[in-house]
Amino acid sequence: MAAIGVIALNTFRESLRDKILYNLLLFAGLLIGLSVLLADLSIMEHHKIVADMGLAAINLTGVIIAMFVGISLVNKEIDRRTVYTIMARPISRTCFILGKYAGLSLTLFVNVAIMLAVFLLTLWLYHVPIGLAIFQAVGLIFVELLVVTAIALFFSTFSSSMLSAILTLGMYVIGHLTTDLKSIAGKSPSETANMIMNGLYYLSPNLEAFNIKGQAAMGISVGSDYLALASLYGFAYAAVLVTGACLVFQRRDF
Amino acid sequence: MERIVNAIVIEKLTKTYASGWLGRPPFVALSGLSLTVERGEIFGFLGPNGAGKTTTLKILLGLVRATSGTAMLLGKPAGDVETRRKVGFLPESPYFYDYLTAEEFLGFYGQLAGLTRTEIAPRISALLELVGLVDARSRQLRKFSKGMLQRIGLAQALIHDPELVILDEPMTGLDPVGRKQVRDLILSLRDRGKTVFFSTHILPDVEMICDRVGVVMKGRLLASGRVEDLLRQGHTQSVEIVCQDFNAEESATVRSYATRILQQGRQCLVVLPNADLVDTLVTEIRQRGGRLLSVTPHKASLEDLFFPSPRHTTSDVPTAVLSGRPN
Repeated sequence: MAAIGVIALNTFRESLRDKILYNLLLFAGLLIGLSVLLADLSIMEHHKIVADMGLAAINLTGVIIAMFVGISLVNKEIDRRTVYTIMARPISRTCFILGKYAGLSLTLFVNVAIMLAVFLLTLWLYHVPIGLAIFQAVGLIFVELLVVTAIALFFSTFSSSMLSAILTLGMYVIGHLTTDLKSIAGKSPSETANMIMNGLYYLSPNLEAFNIKGQAAMGISVGSDYLALASLYGFAYAAVLVTGACLVFQRRDF
Repeated sequence: MERIVNAIVIEKLTKTYASGWLGRPPFVALSGLSLTVERGEIFGFLGPNGAGKTTTLKILLGLVRATSGTAMLLGKPAGDVETRRKVGFLPESPYFYDYLTAEEFLGFYGQLAGLTRTEIAPRISALLELVGLVDARSRQLRKFSKGMLQRIGLAQALIHDPELVILDEPMTGLDPVGRKQVRDLILSLRDRGKTVFFSTHILPDVEMICDRVGVVMKGRLLASGRVEDLLRQGHTQSVEIVCQDFNAEESATVRSYATRILQQGRQCLVVLPNADLVDTLVTEIRQRGGRLLSVTPHKASLEDLFFPSPRHTTSDVPTAVLSGRPN
């Protein structure tokens, strides 16, 4: 167990020393700042625009970090052969994967916290009411990021960086369209199309379950039961993917 | 408790990489390789690039799974996680986490080996001293030269004071001074009772420091044993004879058995293919009124024995200065 912590902290330290991450955070800060400008230009719902854009900036930046850092987590170790010296130590491959995942989750947590702080400051400066809904929305964004990281990690254990990026991006897009897939499946006359759509619907994560940004921007919070259920769903989905990643990684030759 | 005599036991190890989707034939990296490394010895694992050395090392460390055969490390099957607590490893041309400083890097590997922070601190200082990187303690690895990376790599392999040290091409990328340091380090490890198993294609290093060697080629073990025993097996020894006032070119008999003849002024160098012909030539020289100046047996190296090339099949006398006779 200690090895998981050591690898997680090293992964976190790696991301802290990566300039790209700071650029992304700067990008998020600019987007949040831009929301004020856009709100000033619009004729109505100023508060909603500021909140909406701020949440979207946190979500977008978080997804970019989760996707691209997640993909490189394992691939970079193999390409650069750092994995040789790690795996030659008394740690199991499962510990390695869990450590990597924990490290990136910690990185995401810190990044989301920083973005949230900038966002709250912007809301406060612009006199936008800060309610529970904002924190709920950011909380579920973080759960979504945990799922996206797990997807990226899973694909990166058996495919190249490029293929992992395409597959993760595809899964992310499908994950936001699952309800549409279900309705298409119901309407399509083709049995094959129905099967494919239904298959995708049940296999893909329902990422829309974590999207409460719209109502949070209007100050409407969700019930704690929904919050708990959505979080549980996200954790379970991520756990299945991380387990899958561990199983695939167990069988890999380096 | 039973003392395990052998540090490494490999039996009939085979590794075949499956064919690609383009239908290429499977690649056989190892084919029935067997060898044993005893505790406390320096064992050199020799072979040209692509012979299967790295694959063998990777199987021993559990990085690659063997297709068939067995490999045991310190009495436990290769890949056993707990056994790795007693094993140190340096991969070939290592690339490490370049955002870490030398101190952080060694600390990280010490923690992975299960050492506590209080155990790690003195080990870091001692190892940085040992590999000559004390001044680079707080420098990030991205600012290290190739030779420095090789040395910090060696330090990480030794951070937990392992019983068995496995090194993949440890001399690669080092200058002559660095190579000597690594050789001395390997010898000092043996003096402390450690077992060192290292792969290399630089044969002089092996001849200098190894107790025993294994020679691998195309995934098969060609030979294994003590360096001197292997060298004794060779029948390719040549003898260089230098004489004076004797023109070997003028003797049809000498021309018939000599490998090379070089005439310079009054002196003549004759290279014989083996020691059996020395007496014959010496008699010939005396009969013709010549004087014998020196007889130098040219010992075959491991390279001559196992990896012959046109460069090494004859004596080290430069071809350009040799006279007439073809090989």
